[in-house]
Order: sequence, then C-alpha cells, then structure tokens
Amino acid sequence: MKELTLETLIAVFEEIYGRGLFWTLVVLAGLITLGFAYVLIRDHQLSARRLVNAEIFAPLGAVGAVLFVLWFTNSKLGDIGGPIDWIIFAGIAIAGAGGLTIFMYTLQSILWPKKS
Amino acid sequence: MTELERIAASRRAFLGMAGGAAAALSLTAGAARAQSRPAVKTKARIVIVGSGAGGTGMVNRLVDRLEGAEITLVDGRKQHLYQPGFTLIAAGLKPASYSVSGTGDWLPSGAKWVQEYAAGIDPVAQIVTTTGGTKLPYDYLIVATGLSLDWGGVEGFSLDMVGRNGIGAVYAGPDYAAATWKEMDDFTSRGGVGLFSRPATEMKCAGAPLKYTFIVDDYLRRKGTREKSQVIYASNNKALFSVPIVSEKLKLLFVDRGVDTRYDHVLKGIDASAKTATFKVAAQEVANPDGSKTQIPAREETIAFDFMNVIPPMRAPQVVRESGLSHSTKWLDQGWIEVDTATLRHVRYPNIFGLGDINGVPKGKTAASVKWHIPVVEDHLVADIAGSVGTATFNGYTSCPMITRIGRAMLVEFDYKDNLVPSFPGVIAPLEELWISWLMKEVALKPTYNAMLRGKA
Repeated sequence: MKELTLETLIAVFEEIYGRGLFWTLVVLAGLITLGFAYVLIRDHQLSARRLVNAEIFAPLGAVGAVLFVLWFTNSKLGDIGGPIDWIIFAGIAIAGAGGLTIFMYTLQSILWPKKS
Repeated sequence: MTELERIAASRRAFLGMAGGAAAALSLTAGAARAQSRPAVKTKARIVIVGSGAGGTGMVNRLVDRLEGAEITLVDGRKQHLYQPGFTLIAAGLKPASYSVSGTGDWLPSGAKWVQEYAAGIDPVAQIVTTTGGTKLPYDYLIVATGLSLDWGGVEGFSLDMVGRNGIGAVYAGPDYAAATWKEMDDFTSRGGVGLFSRPATEMKCAGAPLKYTFIVDDYLRRKGTREKSQVIYASNNKALFSVPIVSEKLKLLFVDRGVDTRYDHVLKGIDASAKTATFKVAAQEVANPDGSKTQIPAREETIAFDFMNVIPPMRAPQVVRESGLSHSTKWLDQGWIEVDTATLRHVRYPNIFGLGDINGVPKGKTAASVKWHIPVVEDHLVADIAGSVGTATFNGYTSCPMITRIGRAMLVEFDYKDNLVPSFPGVIAPLEELWISWLMKEVALKPTYNAMLRGKA
C-alpha cells in the first residue's frame, strides 16, 4: 500500500459498505457509545447486575461476528494460518462480544431505568 | 461530590461535551481540507489516452491539482472493468457484474471524455487522432492504454470456443471469466487433466495463471476428485515467477499440491475438438545420476486436457506500436513504450508520460503498480506546469495477492530489484499462506481500487 491515511481508510470502508451504509453504521456505533456514556453518567455508576445480564449475550456476539466474517469472505475456520490470522480472528470475536454487551447494557438501562 | 464531578455528571454538561466534541471534529476535518495544496493555474492541454485504472485515477487527481487546464480523456470503452476481479469470477465466488461499472461513473466534471478510441498518436506534431477523425492537440500526453491480448497468437483458438469443450479464458473479460467458471466447475466435479500455462511475453498480473492453478487444485480437493486428476502447469521459462525467492516458494507449494510442473513450454496452439494443446519446448539440458548431461533438442509437445485456461501473448495496442513511442531496443515484438523506469517520463518526448501496463519497465503490470505510477506522473507533470522539478520516483513496486486456495493467499510485494517490500513488515509475512491476505484480496482490494479511481488513494 502506498500510504495508509485516515482519509484512505475511510474511502476504503465507504467502498466496502457503500457510502450510505458505512456512515449509517458509524452513526449507529456512535449513538450506542453515546447512549452507553449517557446511562453511565445518568446513573452515576456501572450496574453490576445489568452488566452481568448483558454479558450473557457476549458469546452470541463473538460467534455471530466470526460467522458473519467467514460467510462474507468465503472462508472457513481451517483457513486461519499464522499468528496474525489468530489475532484478527480474536479481534473480530472480541469486537462482536464487546459490541453486543455494550448494546444490551445500554438497551436495558434505557428501557428499564429504575430497575437496577 | 466535588464541584467538578457535579458538572461532569449533569446531563446538560454531557450534552454540551458531546456537542463540543462533534464541533471540534468537524473543525479538524475542515482544517485538514484547507491544508491541501493549492491548485496550479494553467491553460495547458492535457490528453490522457485510456480510461482504465490509470487514466481514471489520473484524471481525478489532475482536476484537483490544476485549475484552468483543458483535460481530455480519450476512450471508446463505455464499461470500466475491475480486472483483479476476473479470478474471483472464474472461481465462482463473484458474478460477472462484480467487475463491471460505467466508465462515465468515475469521471470528474472538470474533464472532457471523448468517447472514441485513439487511432493515431503523433508525438512530433503533438496530436492524438481518434477513430472518428477528431484531432486533439496536446501540450502533455499521458499514455494509459493498457495492453492488447493477442488471441491470434494462439493457433486454432478463437474466443467463441470459451465455455465449451473444457476451454476457459479468464483474462478475456468478465463474461468469459464466468463462462470459464462454468467449465471449471464441471471439470472439477468430474476430474481429469487440468492444463495451465503463461505466455512468453510480458503480461499483466503474472501471478494470475498460478492463482488459478491453485484454485482449481483446491476445488478438485473439495469435491474429492483430486486423486483421479492431473494438474499440469507449463511455465514459459525455467521459473514460476520473476522474483527468485517467490519462485522457489511457489515451487515448494506446487510440490506440496502435487502439480506437474513443466518448464520452457510456450503455448503454440490448441485443437478445441481434440482437446489438445501444443507447446514449443526450448532445448533443455538434463543432468543424469552419473553426472553426465543429456541434451534434449527443441521440440513441440502436445498435451491432452479436460480443462484449460488459455492465456495469449500480450502486446502494446496497435495505435501505440505505430506511434514511435515504443522501446527501440527491448521488447521489439511487444512494443511497450520507452519511459524512464523511475519517473515514467518518455525518454525521447519529455512531454509524454506512461501510466500502467503500457510502460516498458521490467516490473509492474498490475493495478497495484498503477496506484504507485499515478502520484509519480502527477508530481512530474504538475511540477513541469508550475515551472519546478518533480522529485517522485517509482521503484517498481508490484503487489500480487497470490491465492493459494479459497480462503488463503500470500501477499507478495516486490520492487525492480526483486526485493520483497511488505506493506506490513513483521505483521503480514509475504511468503506465508494467510487468511488475512485472502481477506485483503477478497474484501479490501476492490474498495482500495475504487478509491484509487476516485483519486483518493
């Protein structure tokens, strides 16, 4: 690659998902993050109970993210080769797990604000 | 709770922070845009022949860099073809439409597109003439025609044979690549002899014939027909790849996959009904176990096949070969233009630059090389117009995501001197079969290519 700047990366992601979908996803991720920060500040605490409830979904997020990437790229588990492949693989799983956990935590906190 | 904590914890403060962050981000983005170089004012007439990867990427960069220039793109082709996608189409992973878009979809409003092919280039009078007779005088010319596939160079072959009798031609275009997949799918379900080769001329994406061999081998294995099949790769010389270390690695992989590799074989012609291909085989010297050597004279060899990917010789388009721009001492039968290998400026006509496959340089007939050609030509051209001297150079960078099976590839990158120049040293090993390299080819390459067309990468 000639140069990997933020602008190049954004251009590449816009091409992968299409400009509309990419920015929708960015806004969605941003909203969930903002929502998470909002409920943390509103409640002045991280609710252990809600977090445990949300973490139940973490394995689902991990498996879902991995299956999606494998399907999207015509790959299978056996194609994982060197260390970098395992790192990417783990990264996708962790992102899926973390993403869904945060989403579920935020969802609970917004839907049932009093129950904590 | 301290005063500071109370402020941070209030909802209003939170909203204020969020709004402030968004404003700061948009300001930063605005500042970044304002810092880009000011456009150079000029009345120069620039003609770009060819609207492929090079011509399109270039015109999008030039309209940003120059103000007032008269930029004309000459190409009669209405479809833009994403050629790196042909292998994926012929592997049954993408439809033919994956590689097709409209030429006009990528062109900026600040340039004129003449929808005719170039019929003549006169570098002395500085005029390009189109097939419709339009004369386009220029101050600067960028030759980005790409190359011609010389199908007539394979005796007994014509493109209407593709998609029947086990004959494929991945290079011929998206529809032919799709027809090739149909034949390959059928062949790999039954098994038999798969025959692969490459021409003796310079060629675009010299890794593609090898990739396709690996992919066919993979399908035979997946379908359980590999044991009763033979996969033959006939190389035009004594190597599998121009970079020695890559060639050796590929030899190891071919041994691992049980590919029957033949060297010094150049395809002469095919007999479609008999399903045979004839190769010219150069004289060879074979070492015997007792240390003596046996000379085998040059000969012709006919190989029967059940499936074959036909790849013809490749040459500069006729309009270029007749223009006097071709190299005067090298590639005489192929006609690549004589440019400086570092600046890509024509050695005899300083106001002419070469971009992409047409360049007479030792390496780099790939889209990845085009990506590196563009900023070099842009730098020298804009510097010329601005009255300064360009400094950018091309080091021969070429990239080849060498697919070794569906789901794995080696990200091979190298330069003129056969050095490996990995983009991610220590992270993505160039000679290792990796999933991440496959991901790059499958997912990231086309978006990167499209970003290049838009002049963004």
